[in-house]
Amino acid sequence: MGKLFAAAVTVIALVSAGVFISHTWWLPPDLSVLGIKIDDQIFETMIFTGTLFVAAQLALAAFVLQSSGRTGEIKLFPGGPMPMVVLATVIVGLEVLSLVFVGTKVWAKIFLAPAEANAVHIDVQAGQFAFYFRYPGPDGKFGVPHPEKIDEGNSNFFGLDPKNDTAARDDIVSASLVVPVNQPILLTMHSKDVGHSLFIPEMRLQQDFVPGLIIPVHFTATGLTKTEVVCTQLCGLGHYNMRAYVQVLSKEDYAKWLTDQASQ
Amino acid sequence: MHMKIAASVAMCALATMALVPSTHHSAGGTVAGKVTYTGTAPKMKQIDMAKEPSCAKQHATPVMNESVVAGEGNTLGDVVVYISAGGAPSAVPSTPVTFEQKGCQYLPHVLPMQAGQQLEIKNDDQTSHNIHPMSQVNPEWNKSQPPGAPPIQTTYAKPEFIPVKCNVHPWMHGYFAVLNTSHSTVSGSNGTYSLSGLPPGKYTVTAWQERFGTQSQEVTIAGSETAKLDFSLKATEY
Repeated sequence: MGKLFAAAVTVIALVSAGVFISHTWWLPPDLSVLGIKIDDQIFETMIFTGTLFVAAQLALAAFVLQSSGRTGEIKLFPGGPMPMVVLATVIVGLEVLSLVFVGTKVWAKIFLAPAEANAVHIDVQAGQFAFYFRYPGPDGKFGVPHPEKIDEGNSNFFGLDPKNDTAARDDIVSASLVVPVNQPILLTMHSKDVGHSLFIPEMRLQQDFVPGLIIPVHFTATGLTKTEVVCTQLCGLGHYNMRAYVQVLSKEDYAKWLTDQASQ
Repeated sequence: MHMKIAASVAMCALATMALVPSTHHSAGGTVAGKVTYTGTAPKMKQIDMAKEPSCAKQHATPVMNESVVAGEGNTLGDVVVYISAGGAPSAVPSTPVTFEQKGCQYLPHVLPMQAGQQLEIKNDDQTSHNIHPMSQVNPEWNKSQPPGAPPIQTTYAKPEFIPVKCNVHPWMHGYFAVLNTSHSTVSGSNGTYSLSGLPPGKYTVTAWQERFGTQSQEVTIAGSETAKLDFSLKATEY
């Protein structure tokens, strides 16, 4: 029985590790400038935790095998159970803390750094259950949003006031996120109602929307693609349905798209 | 015994009389005309429903916002025209009105009905809708309707113009026009309307548009003639 258990533990540990090593279920190819840092960090974390996981499982199998069929007194950890628990807590604590410190460094480098000065600014609003993206239009200025003026029936998703606010008249509102390739993009994220999250796997970009806050994030797409942005924060009944297309266009196609939208 | 028969006959007669108003559309006078607007109508925005592919593929041409249906010659469609005063109270029609959710749009965009009339709401789409009529006078509710779910049956007791939205698809928008009368219609895309079956009398006819408000005019029907009555609403660009 002990031998069977040891064999099962070994097989499960190695197969699980194999699935990760072979990238059977993995993120889609990275199409962003900073994504490589996130990927490196994920890789580092996987190596670190994966090695410990396999080592722990193999050690468990080895001990079970060694003790299999034996009778008599069980050997205790030197000093008894208390030092064992303390030591285990310290070791696991150090592991978790070091992962947090190393990981936060990478995260901060990306998320706390300001966007480049030439970044294209796009305003993003999340609401149950759709994303809307706003571009400043030909005048280069965003209209001021007024939450009380939000009128979805009249396609006024951002609560703009075109009657009194001339900057709002040419704002372009799109249900898809359309961006130019190789150009830094600054998204200012805000929520109309509850907490949501913006996740674009190809851009290695994931950030929560927090009602009441305007949260800036930035990225640069490096390849032409049509992919999805999905909400990854349970936000209600239609959460499963909250998504939008992300289109990365060449600079020329992007300029053409903007002109088309502005003329509508 | 004779009294009982007499009573039954009287009941039958009463019942027949009660049925008379519901057949009023077959005879009587007609009010017809055109609804137009003055000023500049707002530009309608295109609706992007790409996130719901099962709906998007049902539309061969771009779907436009329907809050103002302006046509050539400043005509105005989707305007509710109804008798707001005059004449005998109309009986509640026994046939239900139907509101459909199809291609992630409401069909029709504006649905007139009489208070107390049966309202049937259907989902023809392969996606879930959550219909939310934002009534203020009548009790407010919102109900989820997955694909293949049976129609929602309901009624509204009090007259009210109720904006309707879908809690899943923010672009979906329509109106229930709950009225005190069964004499109501919606102008076509060329702005024309016709209200028939009006018994002789003096009426106030009102036109209602969700963004441009209402306009009322009086008309007198003597027999089976058609009275011409045009409406002109003042457009607001924003």
